[in-house]
Amino acid sequence: MIKSFKKNIKGILIEGLTLSSALVIIAIIVVMITVIVIGGKEQISWEFLTSFPEDGMTKGGIFPAIYGTALLVIIMSVAAVPFGTITAIYLTEYANENAIIAKVIRFAVRTLAVIPSIIYGLFGLGFFIKFVGTEMDNAFLGGQLKWGQPNILWASLTMALLTLPVVIVSVEEALKTVPKDLRAASLALGATKWQTIWKVVLPGSVSGIMTGTILAVSRGAGEVAPILFTGVAYYVATLPSSLSDQFMVLGYHIYVMTTQSANVDKTLPIQFGTTLVLLALTFILNISAIIMRYRIRQKKSN
Amino acid sequence: MTKKSKKKKESGNQNSDLIDITRKKFRWSDYLAEKIIKGVAFLSITIVVLIFIFVFRESLPIFKSEKASKKTEKVAQTADVQETYGEVTDQSNTPEVQETYGEVTDTTTVSDQNSPEEGSYTVSSGSGYDDNQGALNTLLTKDWVPVSERPRFGILALIIGTFKVTIISILFAAPLAILAALYTASFASRRMKEIIKPTIELLAGFPSVVIGFFALMVLASFLQSVFHYDTRLNSFVGGIAMGIAAIPIIFTITEDALTAVPRTFNEASLALGASRWQTAFFVVLPAATPGIFAAVLLGIGRVFGETMIALMATGNAAQMGLNPFESVRTLAATIGAEMAEVVFGDTHYNVLFLIGSLLFIFTFILNAIAEFYVKGKLMKRIQGK
Repeated sequence: MIKSFKKNIKGILIEGLTLSSALVIIAIIVVMITVIVIGGKEQISWEFLTSFPEDGMTKGGIFPAIYGTALLVIIMSVAAVPFGTITAIYLTEYANENAIIAKVIRFAVRTLAVIPSIIYGLFGLGFFIKFVGTEMDNAFLGGQLKWGQPNILWASLTMALLTLPVVIVSVEEALKTVPKDLRAASLALGATKWQTIWKVVLPGSVSGIMTGTILAVSRGAGEVAPILFTGVAYYVATLPSSLSDQFMVLGYHIYVMTTQSANVDKTLPIQFGTTLVLLALTFILNISAIIMRYRIRQKKSN
Repeated sequence: MTKKSKKKKESGNQNSDLIDITRKKFRWSDYLAEKIIKGVAFLSITIVVLIFIFVFRESLPIFKSEKASKKTEKVAQTADVQETYGEVTDQSNTPEVQETYGEVTDTTTVSDQNSPEEGSYTVSSGSGYDDNQGALNTLLTKDWVPVSERPRFGILALIIGTFKVTIISILFAAPLAILAALYTASFASRRMKEIIKPTIELLAGFPSVVIGFFALMVLASFLQSVFHYDTRLNSFVGGIAMGIAAIPIIFTITEDALTAVPRTFNEASLALGASRWQTAFFVVLPAATPGIFAAVLLGIGRVFGETMIALMATGNAAQMGLNPFESVRTLAATIGAEMAEVVFGDTHYNVLFLIGSLLFIFTFILNAIAEFYVKGKLMKRIQGK
């Protein structure tokens, strides 16, 4: 009796320990969100979201940063989503699971996913700006400096590389949910492999591609390290109008305001406001991705 | 196998005059689609290789000039021979404006390189290679003073700082995440699972700059009031903040590994009279150790290369001490803080790329171990071989 009771107590304690670890993590998340919401909610107004910074960034809004972030993720998605989708199609539809090529590609994708974001920044600088950009200047502009310097195009492409694995993994998961029967039926009716993919498999996994895009956008909107030296600027007076312009971004705005501005206390409300906007943005994107993914998984299990 | 034979059929078909209706007609559109798709799929391999090449390429001049400098040291021990080093001379065309580290003043980073006249020069364009020799010999010392009359690029303090922060954050994140994963995998009711898992997944979506902001504004003050240390931003604060960023990675992979343990393990253990917690700790957890090991490795990789949190919360002072409450400067943060202000082609620029190469190699190896070694072991263990 006593022995089993002791055993029970131990069991409850140990279960409690694991439960409390889970609760501690959730508590950290809740505290973080609460602090940022409380600190930033006063600041959020239509004007804050739609006006330019004023008085050396101590007043005014964050419109250029929002605009720059949007532009960045749009160009990034245009580059990353098609390539990611095609890679996923190759891995699920064409490649033999056990073929060495497929294994190497999978390993490369996972490697891309774990390379630190700052390395992408270095790569963007070394490859896009110093190699591609400079060569473009030499070839088309006779050495005049236009593409061989940080701008929104190079920043977006760098970000696209970073988010490529996110797209690939999500699309692959979605492609796998399309039943084998559908493929077989299509092939049996005389459709070719490509027709089957284009007309049957892809329409069936649109939501997966959407999920991948949303996750990539959320990741791209929040990352700062890869664009630190590939195109982001502390302050630009005008909105970027061409691909060779520099731009502002929410995440970088937070970073410079908190660590490099002359008067940190004075801009505190703006910092909290900007952080809240960025957090809300990634939050909404992530929640919708999680819901969509949940639905896909349910569809799969049915 | 099947694909090959199909291809043979297709190409055979083209040549033969007889049309066999049981064989598919060769279609250019299909053939092209497959080739294009295959080509694009190779892109990810290409990118990894390109990253490897380009990050290394920019750090190469260091080793070249190191050899050169050793040679000149032998020939004549004077410091004025440097003019002969051809590779770095480009920089005289782009006069530099070096500001003190960690501060980007209102002039943006672009204007720095384009406006020769403005700003204060702390380094004249010559001194970059005046000290090329000395700088390279200081690579394995502890002084990181990249901008001075006599720049020193000792990365030891940076490496120690990075490891210090990594250890702190993993000590914080790994137990929490693994225990939480054990709870969701073994004890939690279905409903609790559906609350806990998405919430922690949500944390994975937090931008690191937001976590850094939280650490800088709230966590630093809170921890200081609890532990009463002197420097507000230090490796401890940074470690905890990066731990928060690593938790979802460790949690998700550990949870996957735990749920991958076959149900029969569980049932056998329970049938033998073990209680739930005994089964969880002595059967499920050991069976999933390789997966958990992989989770921790990837968590380490995440922390090791984390830039924004390191920039915002660790204090950014290159110190060697082992005290966790001292400010540190990590490798990634050094690149992030200094690359924007450095002159292209300068020794400092090359050294930053060298640091980048170190980071790349380190995370690449971690990932390779997690991928191959661990996966093989896990499969073996679960299949009971």
